[in-house]
Amino acid sequence: MTGCTANQFVPQSETALQDSALQQALSHAQTGFVKKRAQAIAMVDDFELLKFKAQAAKRNALSNLGELLEQFEHKVIESGGQVHWAGTTDELNACVVTLCSEANAQRVIKGKSMIGEEAGLNSAMEAAGFELIESDLGEYIIQLAKEPPSHIIAPAIHKTRKQVAALFKQYHALGDRGLEAISDLVNEARSVLREAFLTADVGITGANLLVAENGSIAIVTNEGNGDLSATLPRVHIVVTSIEKVVATMEDASDILEVLARSATGQHMSAYTTFFNGPKRERDVDGPTEFHVVLLDNGRSALLDGPFEPMLNCIKCGACLNHCPVYSNVGGHAYGWVYPGPMGSVLTPLLQGLDAAEPLPNASTFCGRCEEVCPMGIPLPAMLRQLREQQHQRKLEPFTWRMGLSLYSWLSTKPRMFPYCQWLLRVALKMLPKRLWPAGRKPIQAQGNSTFMKQWSQQSDKRSQSGE
Amino acid sequence: MPDHPATTTKQTNQRTRVALYVTCLVDSLRPEIGFACVKLIEGLGFEVDVPKGQTCCGQPGYNAGHWPQARQVAKVQLRALEGFEYIVVPSGSCAGMIVNHYPKLFADDPVWLPRAEAVAARTRELCQFLVEHKWSPAVSRLSARNVSPRKTWAYHTSCSCRRETRSEEMGAQLLTDAGCIVGHMKNQEVCCGFGGTFAAKFNALSTRMGQNKLEAASQCGADAVTAADLGCLLQLESLDSGAFEFRHIAEVLADQVGSQHPANEDERCS
Ligand code: SF4
Repeated sequence: MTGCTANQFVPQSETALQDSALQQALSHAQTGFVKKRAQAIAMVDDFELLKFKAQAAKRNALSNLGELLEQFEHKVIESGGQVHWAGTTDELNACVVTLCSEANAQRVIKGKSMIGEEAGLNSAMEAAGFELIESDLGEYIIQLAKEPPSHIIAPAIHKTRKQVAALFKQYHALGDRGLEAISDLVNEARSVLREAFLTADVGITGANLLVAENGSIAIVTNEGNGDLSATLPRVHIVVTSIEKVVATMEDASDILEVLARSATGQHMSAYTTFFNGPKRERDVDGPTEFHVVLLDNGRSALLDGPFEPMLNCIKCGACLNHCPVYSNVGGHAYGWVYPGPMGSVLTPLLQGLDAAEPLPNASTFCGRCEEVCPMGIPLPAMLRQLREQQHQRKLEPFTWRMGLSLYSWLSTKPRMFPYCQWLLRVALKMLPKRLWPAGRKPIQAQGNSTFMKQWSQQSDKRSQSGE
Repeated sequence: MPDHPATTTKQTNQRTRVALYVTCLVDSLRPEIGFACVKLIEGLGFEVDVPKGQTCCGQPGYNAGHWPQARQVAKVQLRALEGFEYIVVPSGSCAGMIVNHYPKLFADDPVWLPRAEAVAARTRELCQFLVEHKWSPAVSRLSARNVSPRKTWAYHTSCSCRRETRSEEMGAQLLTDAGCIVGHMKNQEVCCGFGGTFAAKFNALSTRMGQNKLEAASQCGADAVTAADLGCLLQLESLDSGAFEFRHIAEVLADQVGSQHPANEDERCS
């Protein structure tokens, strides 16, 4: 499993705030996503209705999850493929490694997969001696840079064009060339990757949706790399997770309606492809083997609990793009594969509450994530619930625990509370400047005394004057 | 300190009792805002009461996950606020706590849930209340004061006003109706970085978020910043190097109805 450094969120975010290249990359990309989404939504008559249908499809799927997964397996087998169940990420990695060994593979081409990231599949594959090449441009860039993704749909969003050009010059022995325009970069990556596509033995992809009624999997990309990874090599392995299943093609299309609009502000992603089993007799292309590896990794345990809504997540990234925390620090600060609001909920759930103590707290509860989430996930409420669990398990810092408890207790004592308010006024006056948080100017209380005090004095005066 | 106009029970046609829930921040740090609220509400002809039992809405504990304690705090506020026609709160955040989160806290409590819901239904963020009762500087029977030189205000729509009480546009409307010049601040839907304990726990991050907001304010040509939440204003004020004046929307509006308070006139007449 990819190492989780979520507990280092504070220093990591501080480093990110000082990283000028990162700040530059974030500010460009971020505003683009936000604007495009707004435009895409303004163009549909009733986005609320689309959301409603997508959420209904998911709700239906989650309430019949077991049945639908069995049906999906059945249909995949019927169409000539195989389904493998992985309870943990280790099991997933072992399964994929075995499949690749059985296929006598050397070269493996991979499409973008967050489940692959969650499992740390790349390192497992490399450790097992396979040559693995990422085919998604963003994933390819961060593979060269040896970095984890910083966004769930735009993994290299933290890189500036200049940085990408430097990476390509370092790794592609192609001599002197200008790589100024984005198109130069894309073309160069394409020509390097073309070779990989044609020589790979196995293609690994993720999946955006699994359709129970016919055993199809849907892959949504904008580069078509997913399609090539799935169809050109001899073996296609899909690594995905159990909550991605939906009952019908119609349900799948209801979800696709909101996915691209929320993610990239497109009406539909450039490539939305449904794959169904291996190559059939009359097919012109396609793999001879088709495998789906289904990861649980703690997901089924979320069913019927307070965090079940998180299983509705379709990984569109809208909550990241609109989050004021994410937009200022980027994805790496979060310390694991899922950043932003959805990551602040998922990381503690999948990695453990104590492995990600700061994340549920790193939110102002501004509520913008919930507002834009097409699946209606109450992200702030989920974060608050995680804080509650941290409190129950005494994971919050001791001073905060005590301080807040004391304040709450005082708040239940209307007679004592005014003294506490008065004390605050005095304390602010006495507090030496150096004790204020760095970079802030001290806040002073105004007026002679608290409002309540002044108000009661005035009321007394009024009653004396006989009003 | 200015001599506050006697905020007495005014003889009005409406005998509707309005409770001012002043909030702990206003109470301790900016009492002026409380008096500005009284002036605005009385200007509409209501009788203002400041229930003694009020303390803090309990948000710090609630947001930190201390729910049983938050329930105890909420009960104290509910006891103090029951029985009023309206409860007016000069903060989207505290109003949102009462309106949206008290009922959640008592979702499984058959005794307190109806009490929480009753209070929630009568609670209004200040701007909501003013708009609901058609406030304008004119209703106070005094012409708008000519403040010169006139300031340009950056109105920060706090996230709570936007997403908890949904009254962010009301604040902008009130300011314009009151004759204030309001600059158009970009990225209004973005948080200022306060977030209660967030500002202390993640100071560097909170600072950056606040600085972004101040930059937006200066880009819109403002020389003063207002909002309906004192938390946001204090966050921004602590990061400002003296470029802006910071005032709560209650103060800005109250200023627009002149320094004379109707209650003072009544006193002189008596
Ligand atoms: S939580 Fe919602 S907005 Fe965020 S990635 Fe998931 S579906 Fe998209």
